[in-house]
Amino acid sequence: MDFSYGPEYDDFRGELKGFLAEHWPAGGGGEGESWEDMVERAARFRAQAVEQGYLLRWVPRQYGGSEQEPDAVKAAIIREEFHRTRAPDEPRGIGLMMLVPTLLERGEEWQKEKFVPATVAGDYKWCQGYSEPGSGSDLASLRTRGELVGDEWVINGQKIWTTNAIDADYMFCLCRTEPDVPKHAGISYLLVPMKQPGVEVRPLKQMNGGQEFNEIFLTDARTPADWIVGKRGEGWLVSRTTLKHERAGIGNALGPVNAFQGVVQLAKKTLRAGRPAIEDPEVRQRLAAIEGYVRSHEYSSHRQTSRAFRGKDLGRVSTMSKLISTNIGSEIAKLSLDLLGDEGMIDPLAQGESAESLGASRSWLTQYMFSLGIAIAGGTANIQRNVIGERGLGLPRDYYAQRSSGK
Amino acid sequence: MNFDTSEEQELLQETIAQFVANECPATRVREIFDGDTGHDPAFWKGLMELGLGGLVVPERFGGAGLEVIDLALATETLAYGGAPGPFFAHSLAALAIALGGSDAQCERWLPRLASGEALASVAFAEADGCWQPEEWQLAPGLKVSGAKHFVPSAELADLFVVGTAGGGLALVAAGEGVSVEAYEGVDRVRRMGTLRLDAAPAEVLGDAALAARVRDAACVLLAADAFGTAQRLLDMAVDYAKQREQFGVTIGHFQALKHQLADMAVEIEPARGLYWYAAHAFDHVPEDSARYAALAKAHISERAMQLGRDAVEAHGGIGFTWECDVQIWFKRAMLDRAWLGTPDVHRARAADLAGW
Ligand SMILES: Cc1cc2nc3c(=O)[nH]c(=O)nc-3n(C[C@H](O)[C@H](O)[C@H](O)COP(=O)(O)OP(=O)(O)OC[C@H]3O[C@@H](n4cnc5c(N)ncnc54)[C@H](O)[C@@H]3O)c2cc1C
Repeated sequence: MDFSYGPEYDDFRGELKGFLAEHWPAGGGGEGESWEDMVERAARFRAQAVEQGYLLRWVPRQYGGSEQEPDAVKAAIIREEFHRTRAPDEPRGIGLMMLVPTLLERGEEWQKEKFVPATVAGDYKWCQGYSEPGSGSDLASLRTRGELVGDEWVINGQKIWTTNAIDADYMFCLCRTEPDVPKHAGISYLLVPMKQPGVEVRPLKQMNGGQEFNEIFLTDARTPADWIVGKRGEGWLVSRTTLKHERAGIGNALGPVNAFQGVVQLAKKTLRAGRPAIEDPEVRQRLAAIEGYVRSHEYSSHRQTSRAFRGKDLGRVSTMSKLISTNIGSEIAKLSLDLLGDEGMIDPLAQGESAESLGASRSWLTQYMFSLGIAIAGGTANIQRNVIGERGLGLPRDYYAQRSSGK
Repeated sequence: MNFDTSEEQELLQETIAQFVANECPATRVREIFDGDTGHDPAFWKGLMELGLGGLVVPERFGGAGLEVIDLALATETLAYGGAPGPFFAHSLAALAIALGGSDAQCERWLPRLASGEALASVAFAEADGCWQPEEWQLAPGLKVSGAKHFVPSAELADLFVVGTAGGGLALVAAGEGVSVEAYEGVDRVRRMGTLRLDAAPAEVLGDAALAARVRDAACVLLAADAFGTAQRLLDMAVDYAKQREQFGVTIGHFQALKHQLADMAVEIEPARGLYWYAAHAFDHVPEDSARYAALAKAHISERAMQLGRDAVEAHGGIGFTWECDVQIWFKRAMLDRAWLGTPDVHRARAADLAGW
C-alpha cells in the first residue's frame, strides 16, 4: 500500500504551481479584457495544461487528452491548485463524462477522431436522449423510432428529462430501429445533431426552480447512416457503457467529499442558541457520523481506482457507487436544512426583502432539493438496489423484468 | 499511488482464511462458543505456528516486522472466520511493547509473545465506562492496586499491559498480587474477566504518548474485526436468501428482501477503505492517525451491529434461535462495538480531533 504525500508529490505540486503562475497569472488578462479574449485565453491555457498532463488525464493523447496513469493523490493536488488559482478546469459536461468514455470503448476510429477531440475541448456540447414519457426505469421499452431511409436515419418520437438539451449541439440517443425483435435487441445508439428543423426542445421547470432538463420532440429528425455507435440492434449494450460512466460520475466520491466540507463550514457559520452550531454536541455527532460514510466512500474509491488500473477485479462494491453517493448526499442535505433553520422556509429563488438574508443559503436550499434529482437520474435508488442485489450479490433476477424482456 | 493490498498481503489473508477453514470451520466455532472456555488451545497453537503472534514484532525479536495494516488485514480475516481466542488483545499488547518498551522489556517479552510461548492481554477499562487513557485512575508505581474490567482472556494471560492514571501504561505479569474473576461475556468466543491488582509488581511501559498510540491501534483493530464480522453477517444473509424457499421460490426472489440485502451491502462494503486508510495512517500519516482511528472504530462497529440485526431478520424464525450461527457474529459485533467505548464516544473524539 503506497498512499502518502511523499516527496514525489511535493515535487509534483511545486511544478504545478510554477506552471499555473506562468500560464494563468492572477489578474490574467487585465482590466479591459473582453469576454471573447478571456474565452480564448482559457482555451489556450487548457491546451497547455493538457500538454503538461494536468487535465484530461484519462483520455488518450491522440484524441486530445494527456493519457496519464490514474493517481488520486495527484488528481487531488491538481484540483486544489486549480481551485486556488481559479484556473479553467476540464469541460466536465455530459459529453466528456458520458459520451467520450463510450466512444473510446465502443466507437469506430473515425467517430473517435471526429467527436472526441472537439468534445474534450468543450467545442461540442451533448445531451443524453434515453428516457421517454412511457419509458423510465423500464428504459428498454422505449418507442422513439429510427428508420433507415437512403443514407440517413429518420427519427420520430419523444424524449423527456433530457438535461442540458437546450444548449446541446448533439444528442446521443436510443431509438427503436428493429421493431420486430425482443425489446432489448431492437435498439440502436445514434448520434443526432440538435440544431435541425426536426428537433424541438421545450424546457421543463424543476421543483427546485431550475430548468436544466427538457422535453424533446422528434419529427422526421435526420442523422447520417453511419452516425451509429455499435451495430444496429446493439444500442442497449452500448448504452450500458454510457450508463456505467454516468453512475460512476454520480458515484464519484469527490462530490460527497466536497459537499461534506461545505456542510462543516455551514455548521461553523450558522448559530444554535446563540453559539456556532458546530459547538453543539448533537451536530458534532451527526457530522462525525456522516464523515464515517464520506471517508469510507472516498478511500473505497481510491481502492477501486487502483485496482481498475492494474486490471484487478473490483468486486461487488463497483455496483454500489451511485447509491452510496446519493445516500450520503441526502444525509448532508437533511443536516443542512436543520442548520438553516428558519431560512429553510424561504424560496431559494425569492427576490426582494424575503431574500435578502438568504445569501449563501440559497445554494444549500437548491441543493437540498437537487439531491433528490440526483438520486433519480441515471437509475432510481430502487433500480440501483436491483442491480446491487442481482449483479453484486448474485440474487435471482426480478420476475417482471425477466418476463417483459422475453427471456 | 496504489491504494490496494500487495501480493504478500493478499497471500497473508488467503493463508489465514484457509487455515481457519480447515482448523476452525463454523462447526468448530460453534463448539467453542457453546463450550466452557471460549478458547481452542490447538487452534491458537496453529495460529502461533503461522507466525501470527509476532506480525508486528520486530524481526530481531522473532517477529515478522510488519505494520498495523498487516495486523488489521489478519484481524479482518480471522473475524470473518469467527476465530475464537485472544488474538486481538495479544497482538495489541505485543504492539504496545514493540512501540514503547525498553530494550530489556522487548527482549524479555517479545520473542515469547511472537512464538506464543507466553500470552498477553490489555487491561484498560475502569468502573463506569472509563476506557480512555485520559480517564484512567489506577495509580502508577512499582506496585499497583485496583481493578480493570473487560480484560480479554484474563484467565489465560501471562502478562498484562495495564493503563494507569495520567495516561500511562504498565507491565504486570500474572502471579503475585494478580487475581482474575472471569465472567460470562456475550461474545462467547472471546471471553473476558476483571483483573484485580493488589500491590502487584509493575514496570512502567513507555511514555504518555504510547498509551494514546495504543488506543489508536486498538480502534483500528476493532474496526477491522467489525468489518470482517459484518462481511460474514452479510454473506450469511445472502446465502440464506439463495437457499430458503417460500411461496415456491427462493426468498431472494422477493424484491423487498433483495433491497434489504442490497442496503446492507451498501452500508458495509465501502467501509473497507476506511479501515485500510486508518491503518495506513497509523503507520504513515501521523496527522491523520488518531482521527481516522476514532472515525473507523465508531463507523464500522456501528455498521456491523446493525448488519447483525438485519441478518437475524433476514433469517426469520431460525435467525432468532440459539442454534443459528448468525448469533455468533452478532455477538462478536456487540463486543467490537462496546469495547473501548461506544461509537458516540469516538465520534465525539473525531469531532474534537478535527478541530471543529
Ligand atoms: C435531474 C434529472 C436529470 C435527468 N436527466 C436525464 C437525461 O439527461 N437524459 C435522460 O435520458 N434521462 C434523464 N433523467 C431521467 C431519469 O433517468 C429517469 O427519471 C429515471 O430513470 C426514472 O424513470 P421515471 O422518471 O420514468 O420513473 P419510473 O420508472 O416511473 O419510477 C417511478 C418509481 O417507481 C420505482 N420503480 C420503477 N420500476 C421499479 C422496479 N423494477 N423495482 C422497484 N421500483 C421500481 C422507481 O424506483 C421510482 O421510485 C433525468 C432525471 C432527473 C430527475
